[in-house]
Amino acid sequence: MTGPILRVRDLTTRFRSRAGTVTVVDGVSFTLDRGEVLGLVGESGSGKSMTGFSLIGLVDEPGRVEPTASVELDGRELVGLAEPEMRALRGRRISMVFQDPMMTLNPVLSIGDQMGLVIAAHHRMSRADMATRAAEALTRVGIPEARARLDAYPHQFSGGMRQRVAIAIAILNHPAVIIADEPTTALDVSIQAQILVELQRLAREDGTAMIWISHDLATVSTVADRVAVMYAGRIVEHGPTTAVLSRPRHPYTRGLLDSLPSRGEPGHDLAQIPGAPPSLAALPPGCAFAPRCGHADAACGVAPPATEVGPRGWRCHHPLEEARR
Amino acid sequence: MAGFVLQRLMQAVVVMLVMSALVFVGVYAIGNPIDVLISPDATQDIRAATIARYGLDLPLWEQYFAFLGRVLSGDFGTSFVYGIPVTQLILTRLPATLELTLTAIFGATLVGVPLGMYAGYRPDRIFSRVVMGLSILGFSVPTFWIGLVLIFVFAVDLGWLPAGGRGETVSLFGVEWSFLTLDGLRHMLLPALNLSLFKFAMMVRLARSGTRETMSSDVVKFARAAGLSEWTVLSRHVLRLIAIPIVTVFGLELASTLAFAVVTETIFSWPGLGKLVIESITALDRPVMVAYLVIVSFVFIAINLSVDLAYAALDPRLSKGRS
Repeated sequence: MTGPILRVRDLTTRFRSRAGTVTVVDGVSFTLDRGEVLGLVGESGSGKSMTGFSLIGLVDEPGRVEPTASVELDGRELVGLAEPEMRALRGRRISMVFQDPMMTLNPVLSIGDQMGLVIAAHHRMSRADMATRAAEALTRVGIPEARARLDAYPHQFSGGMRQRVAIAIAILNHPAVIIADEPTTALDVSIQAQILVELQRLAREDGTAMIWISHDLATVSTVADRVAVMYAGRIVEHGPTTAVLSRPRHPYTRGLLDSLPSRGEPGHDLAQIPGAPPSLAALPPGCAFAPRCGHADAACGVAPPATEVGPRGWRCHHPLEEARR
Repeated sequence: MAGFVLQRLMQAVVVMLVMSALVFVGVYAIGNPIDVLISPDATQDIRAATIARYGLDLPLWEQYFAFLGRVLSGDFGTSFVYGIPVTQLILTRLPATLELTLTAIFGATLVGVPLGMYAGYRPDRIFSRVVMGLSILGFSVPTFWIGLVLIFVFAVDLGWLPAGGRGETVSLFGVEWSFLTLDGLRHMLLPALNLSLFKFAMMVRLARSGTRETMSSDVVKFARAAGLSEWTVLSRHVLRLIAIPIVTVFGLELASTLAFAVVTETIFSWPGLGKLVIESITALDRPVMVAYLVIVSFVFIAINLSVDLAYAALDPRLSKGRS
């Protein structure tokens, strides 16, 4: 089949409460091809994790994905899908890996049991076949002596090994899309690199597409084919990773890049983005980044239109010059 | 694992020894059993003979070792009041308490934990609020009052169930049991209900708070993201995660109810251990009191040991750390 594996249009997630309505994901659109890695970047609270949860239909009450949104997985519309059908897709066609492997694995169930539950949620097969399948998945993520480790419990693994187990659980049913929510953030730097390479290899071998959610531009730049920068629930800039990171057009992307320690001159103060991310409950009208932006003027009081140029796009009244660097 | 069990068994022996000494000395210090045993106008000769017969003229430590020796051979002496061996007396009462307590606590757990889990899973539902309301009632209304109301409503007004006694019993392994006959079950229903209310309330609250906490954890999010059904998430993940506090309270409640079901047993004239011990205290029936206290310590230690073993089975991190 041709065309993108995942097509997201105008994904909007709102939390309604007596105190008011908060829009945590605001009109997010993107496409994802088979085997492609999309980096979703932004500060804490920018809505990147919530975008992930919205995609797999796991937004906690009272949050809700607006019915006007569209998420097409392999040509099938997911928004508005009944829960049993959505559940049948989760973990089989689209799965998710979380940040902290200490927290995601159940400490009182053996690895084999936890993997068995995930297989049994989607397939009918004998316990022996399940064990074979689970061991295969563990082997694929680089866990030695996989069969013997099925009886082990999470606390018998190191942090990096646990994240491998979590990834093995996510790929058990050969999904078309994996959402990786900061999968390396809680790990040591040396382990981060291993997990990074492992996930990349899996994506390449299986043609599995991946959404890599991270606040860490350095890791994203090594794994992602394309990158989307989120601010206050919106994608403010997107495009091929090298282009966006070397020639950012949105002042926010620029600010993020300048905050990277490795980019600054030794001995100089690290650049910072002034101010703090806005509260989603009290967003300024127009461009949400304007209060922190050095280029902002009266025009920024109106929401900037989406500009699309070739593979790139941004939402800014005063985009930075291509050449400026 | 074996080392852990052995260590706990040795601790248990020490605790039992200390307990037996405390109990013996404690009971020795209260009242003079001779006053109960013989009439006040008995002659000095009879008095001396009785004292000598029960060994009450020996030094305290000699009496203790004699007592310890007899206890180890299963002999707690003869009841002053009933005139039969204490072991036999307790054996006739223990089954009554055992069947009542086990029914109450298993009922409370098997009903309370699922209801509590539901209340934690869907805290905003009306049904959950009703369950929580019931649990507050179970916590705050005193047992004796509920017992009396139960008797008023079901025994006096409606006349559906008997107000007291064990009803028809059947002999099994040489002791009498009520739970094997319909009449016995009818007699057991009200006292068991009365006894279980507090435990039910406790189980509901424990299960609810545990479930609420666990539902927002990453374990549950990850399980859901893998496509597990809500039922599987609750029954396989959440239940296992909240099991440890529940098992702890189950053990504590089981032990304390076995020992102190006094109020309920008295209200429903249930001829169990609690009733026996209250009678013995009023009558200064020393051998029965001592035997009761020793048995109760033993029950507590045995149950605590089983709870510890259950922990190890429920949480692999514990057994691996200890072996």
